[in-house]
Amino acid sequence: MESLSRFLAFLADAIVNIGDWIRGLLLGAGLVDPWVSLIMKAIGALVVAFFPLMVVVFLIWAYRKVAARMQGRLGPNSSGTWAGPYGILQTFADAIKMLTKEDIRPQGIDLIPYNLAPILVVFASIATWAVMPFGPRLIGSDLNIGIFYILAFSSAALVVFLMAGWSSNNKYATVGAFRSVAQLIGYEIPQLLAVLTVVMVTGSLRMQEIVGQQEIPLLFQLPVTAFIFFLASMAEVNARPFELLEAESELVCGYFIEYSGMKFGMFYLGEFMNSTAVAALFATLFLGGWRGPWVEQAPILGTVWFLLKMGLMLLLWMFIQITFPRLRIDQMLAFNWKFLVPLALANLCVIGLVNKGITEWFPGGVSTWTRAGILLMTNVGIFLATWGILAALERREQRRRETWRAAQVGEVEVSA
Amino acid sequence: MTVQQVLFFLFGAIALGAAIGMVTARKVFHAALWMLLAFFGVAGLYVLLEAPFFAAAQLFVYMGAIGVLIIYAIMLTRGMMRQRLPRVNDQWWFAGLLAAALLVVLAWLVWQHPWATTTAAAPADSLNRLGLTLVDPEGFALPFEVASVLLVMALIGAVTIVRER
Repeated sequence: MESLSRFLAFLADAIVNIGDWIRGLLLGAGLVDPWVSLIMKAIGALVVAFFPLMVVVFLIWAYRKVAARMQGRLGPNSSGTWAGPYGILQTFADAIKMLTKEDIRPQGIDLIPYNLAPILVVFASIATWAVMPFGPRLIGSDLNIGIFYILAFSSAALVVFLMAGWSSNNKYATVGAFRSVAQLIGYEIPQLLAVLTVVMVTGSLRMQEIVGQQEIPLLFQLPVTAFIFFLASMAEVNARPFELLEAESELVCGYFIEYSGMKFGMFYLGEFMNSTAVAALFATLFLGGWRGPWVEQAPILGTVWFLLKMGLMLLLWMFIQITFPRLRIDQMLAFNWKFLVPLALANLCVIGLVNKGITEWFPGGVSTWTRAGILLMTNVGIFLATWGILAALERREQRRRETWRAAQVGEVEVSA
Repeated sequence: MTVQQVLFFLFGAIALGAAIGMVTARKVFHAALWMLLAFFGVAGLYVLLEAPFFAAAQLFVYMGAIGVLIIYAIMLTRGMMRQRLPRVNDQWWFAGLLAAALLVVLAWLVWQHPWATTTAAAPADSLNRLGLTLVDPEGFALPFEVASVLLVMALIGAVTIVRER
């Protein structure tokens, strides 16, 4: 009985306890402290770097399965060749196939940037995981600039698309790279403004602090901000309604058209890893990260909540990805610059004023619920105002169309 | 040598080596990529100076924005992507003169400046202090705002130039 309770206590914070156990083992082996810390950090970095890879292997299978079911197909399965129950080993089979493929180098490529790009894509998406809070004590590095670090890496990764597109010596790849930069830079602005709103309300860039502030998940305090962030990140990870970078029918594959074998696999991997990172970021910023019931008693549950919330966001991502058609490039740019950016700017200004106003009007401090209520009311106000403006614009457009049509009909009658 | 010193020399070597690679590169596109690597080395030095915000800003602004802008400008300029461009033009002697003068001035400054050294760690709330200094009327509020006005002017100017009439 006693051993069982000790085992349960170990299990309650399993990952941290395993870390402590390894540290004890190393200290017992006679190593001195700076080296032990270094080895522990290296192990931690490996675990954090392997986590997105593991998730992606599962995610690719899940995506295929969900897409197949929604389109009335079977998806990966074991009917032809054995691929595990429900075809769960299909991704491994594909990875091995990609590794054994011939490495094709097209003529006239720029060799070093061409080969460097697939590595850097995966590097940039793994790097963002270093500050992701998996649990109350589980985080690669709780930097005081946490969220800004993630945005910086996703912004610096833009260059890699240009590198891949240009060095391939292919016009479709170059057009794809241009499009990707036009789209990603454009949608970075609303994403950034949404994150800024969150930072203003929580008062910190530190990821653990942002999670710690969310006694009520920010989704229920700032739904408009969450909506802007969600749409902008859908575009950032190149998901279907905004999937203009790859556009199979026009650009064949976009900036990585000339890549084959495992280099293509790296781009594919990077894309899925970015989607996972964005889902995890949404879970952290708006759904409260690892917060959930019984986390104080068993911190390992925090990781479970975090993964569940991330999975929920990934499922939503898949549903939208599978069911929506692709926008045209002008529609996509107009949607960003004429709708999302002004909305995000207005949202930022209003929330900033209200947030400051709350501290000014209630000098004695204010309860979390009152604050959340005021913020939510403000958000509803912003939503209604946006809705009103959009409806008015639509009505005006309709009137113009009707007068135009009436004029056409009138001319026809006159000529008849 | 401590780990910090090793990292300092590593990042310094990256920044300097990439800078040399940039000025000696035969293709303009390669020069731009070398420049981005130099920016990355400088970002590493900022991390060693315990200024993580500047490191992230370096990645964000210089690699993400300015780097992309420069590559765009190179790609959209006619003839810039040819394999072999002449490396110098008629003004090479004047540019060399200016560069040499700048080198002398900088070296003199580095030599003259009394570099204060401290073993104390950077304050934990350096990020908050930076933010407060930037919006404090006693601090840098005015230069900060003037800089943003300048950027808005550049934006409006760009729109005015490319607008269809």
